[in-house]
Amino acid sequence: MSTDDKIPVTADAELWTALRRLTAARIGLPRSGASLSTAPLLAFKLAHAQARDAVRAELDAPRLANDLAPLNLPVLTLASAAADKQTYLMRPDLGRVLTPRSEQMLASAGDAAKGYDLVFVVSDGLSARAVQSHAAPVVSATLKIMRRENWRLAPLVIVTHGRVAIGDAVAAALRATCVVMLIGERPGLSAPDSMGAYLTYKPGVPTSDADRNCVSNIRPDGIGYTEAASKLAHLLDAMRTHGVSGVLLKDTSDRLQIGGI
Amino acid sequence: MYAATVGARRYVFRDLKVLLARATPARSGDALAGLIAESGEERVAAQFALADLPLTTFLNEAVVPYEDDEVTRLIIDSHDKAAFAAVSHLTVGGLRDFLLSDHATSSVLTTLAPGLTPEMAAAVAKISRLQDLMIMAAKCTVVTRFRDTIGLPGRLAVRLQPNHPTDDARGIAASILDGLLLGAGDAVIGINPATDSPDRAHALLSMLDEIRARLDIPTQTCVLAHVTTTLDLIGKGAPVDLTFQSIAGTQSANKSFGIDLTLLKEAHDATLSLQRGTIGDNVMYFETGQGSALSADAHHGVDQQTLEARAYAVARAFRPLLVNSVVGFIGPEYLYDGKQITRAGLEDHFCGKLLGLPMGVDVCYTNHAEADQDDADALLALLTGSGVNFVMGVPGADDIMLGYQSTSFHDALAMRDLLHRKPAPEFESWLARQGLLDKENRIRPRAMPAQFSALLPAGGA
Repeated sequence: MSTDDKIPVTADAELWTALRRLTAARIGLPRSGASLSTAPLLAFKLAHAQARDAVRAELDAPRLANDLAPLNLPVLTLASAAADKQTYLMRPDLGRVLTPRSEQMLASAGDAAKGYDLVFVVSDGLSARAVQSHAAPVVSATLKIMRRENWRLAPLVIVTHGRVAIGDAVAAALRATCVVMLIGERPGLSAPDSMGAYLTYKPGVPTSDADRNCVSNIRPDGIGYTEAASKLAHLLDAMRTHGVSGVLLKDTSDRLQIGGI
Repeated sequence: MYAATVGARRYVFRDLKVLLARATPARSGDALAGLIAESGEERVAAQFALADLPLTTFLNEAVVPYEDDEVTRLIIDSHDKAAFAAVSHLTVGGLRDFLLSDHATSSVLTTLAPGLTPEMAAAVAKISRLQDLMIMAAKCTVVTRFRDTIGLPGRLAVRLQPNHPTDDARGIAASILDGLLLGAGDAVIGINPATDSPDRAHALLSMLDEIRARLDIPTQTCVLAHVTTTLDLIGKGAPVDLTFQSIAGTQSANKSFGIDLTLLKEAHDATLSLQRGTIGDNVMYFETGQGSALSADAHHGVDQQTLEARAYAVARAFRPLLVNSVVGFIGPEYLYDGKQITRAGLEDHFCGKLLGLPMGVDVCYTNHAEADQDDADALLALLTGSGVNFVMGVPGADDIMLGYQSTSFHDALAMRDLLHRKPAPEFESWLARQGLLDKENRIRPRAMPAQFSALLPAGGA
């Protein structure tokens, strides 16, 4: 086979190396005829295999609870009604509700009579690896800020196989005004361990996605732990000040970020 | 009420929407909605009953009430009775037989299109095999124009999709150059912006227009922002070739997208008024996908494939340049695996084409679906064989902004070679002028042409 059938030709190799610094997109891939060369073909398969493995991996909840223990708040481990990963993927409705046993545990936990300003809920979502690695450091960094501002903090809650909206049920049971839901995002090929944070003020039954604020792509190579904590704290402060979350708040918090960083 | 008897058992279907849902080949979204047939036998019984249904039934019984839904009103009020007359005596099964017959030529089907409703097309799809869907779709020719001609027989166009997670202009430009070298971009060069910031969309539109103008590319560009954002940008003088919007098959699902027919008409008129097309005035780009109505809790008990076909009624009211079913994007709770995605992609392409739309398909899957590149390869080849107007071209099939896998520049190129499809004619001539074709007229770029290098982003080279 003639090598000049392939691009990039040697003369362009440096050019593509330079262009690849501008984007993580798979540009300038060597080809044979119209098709991909073997090396980029297998690189893609490896990335897909890693993303698939990330979707299938189960959360080690006791280990996560252990990582959260030093933060000086009680830690509760609950389960959604989606009993396994397969059910979780196919039945979004079950991922939004707690098992009866989990509801009982919540009812007897904490001090719901007085209520709380803020509850953190952590769920594996579509990437257990993301929250296994990133949840504890982000909760820790955010708590440092919130404690300085005297927020009343609810127990930390882990929910296995939860969807974003299950945070609403947890917040309602604990009478928490604000909920921060940390959840593993749908793994992309280049980032199988990305964590999302969904913030909701006074969540309730009619809460829709438009009522939430989101900070996504939390991971060391994306939005790092310190930056994520500062964004979350900014948004929580704005939520408390304006008494609202979601679309209305978004622009304000973006400006805050631009001004603050 | 509709019924069919299999052996000693009589299956009864309460109304048309239940019959359509029970007759639908299995998919997870309809199971999630509780609409799916309870057994394989019930499904085929429903298909027998559906096949015997006179087409006139669809004009008398709406799956979503006329009074409640402007999409139903659009379908009924715009129905072309003269065009329908050619098949008005037929049943659903009879229509399938007619469409497969040698009488149903390309020109006959073009004339018939306004006489068919989305529900009729969906019903035929439900009793058809994949091969039927391919053969019937391949006979439909839908040609649209803006700066080039899309949809001619023997042609396959590609949307160049150079997305970047932070909308970085230089990163996007690098992906565009890569795509152009590999012959992508004749359908549109279209960016999904990472945010809905109007300023960002304006900047991206200006950048796309500059690249297109400097290389004199016979194509159109688009930033896939919300229609309200694009309308505002038209008012501010931004270079808008095409107005984009995601659409669905019920009024309530469209409301969840923040749109209605009045808004789409306003956008269509505003975009037409710019008169930027050189050889045609198809100025709208719509995207759809099975499951979007259920996802918005706006499905009215109708199965997702029928609702998808109803979205095409919305599209055809605005003479679009491109309609794209993003078939595997929504996830496994709606289309579980490669088998369900494959069938849905061919159903959507067939229904859209039969209704007279310039259909493309984003052959794609997410990492939580049971699918991989082999499934994407199969569907892409089946669609190319079916005469799909355009497919996606994403660098290395990996969209780093939307986090899903689509088809690559290489995939489209491989299909053009394997199944002998050419780019849009004006674009093909442009590729030749850039020196990107070999002696056999295949797209085989060698070194970066000098005129491309001149566009390289600062700091890139």
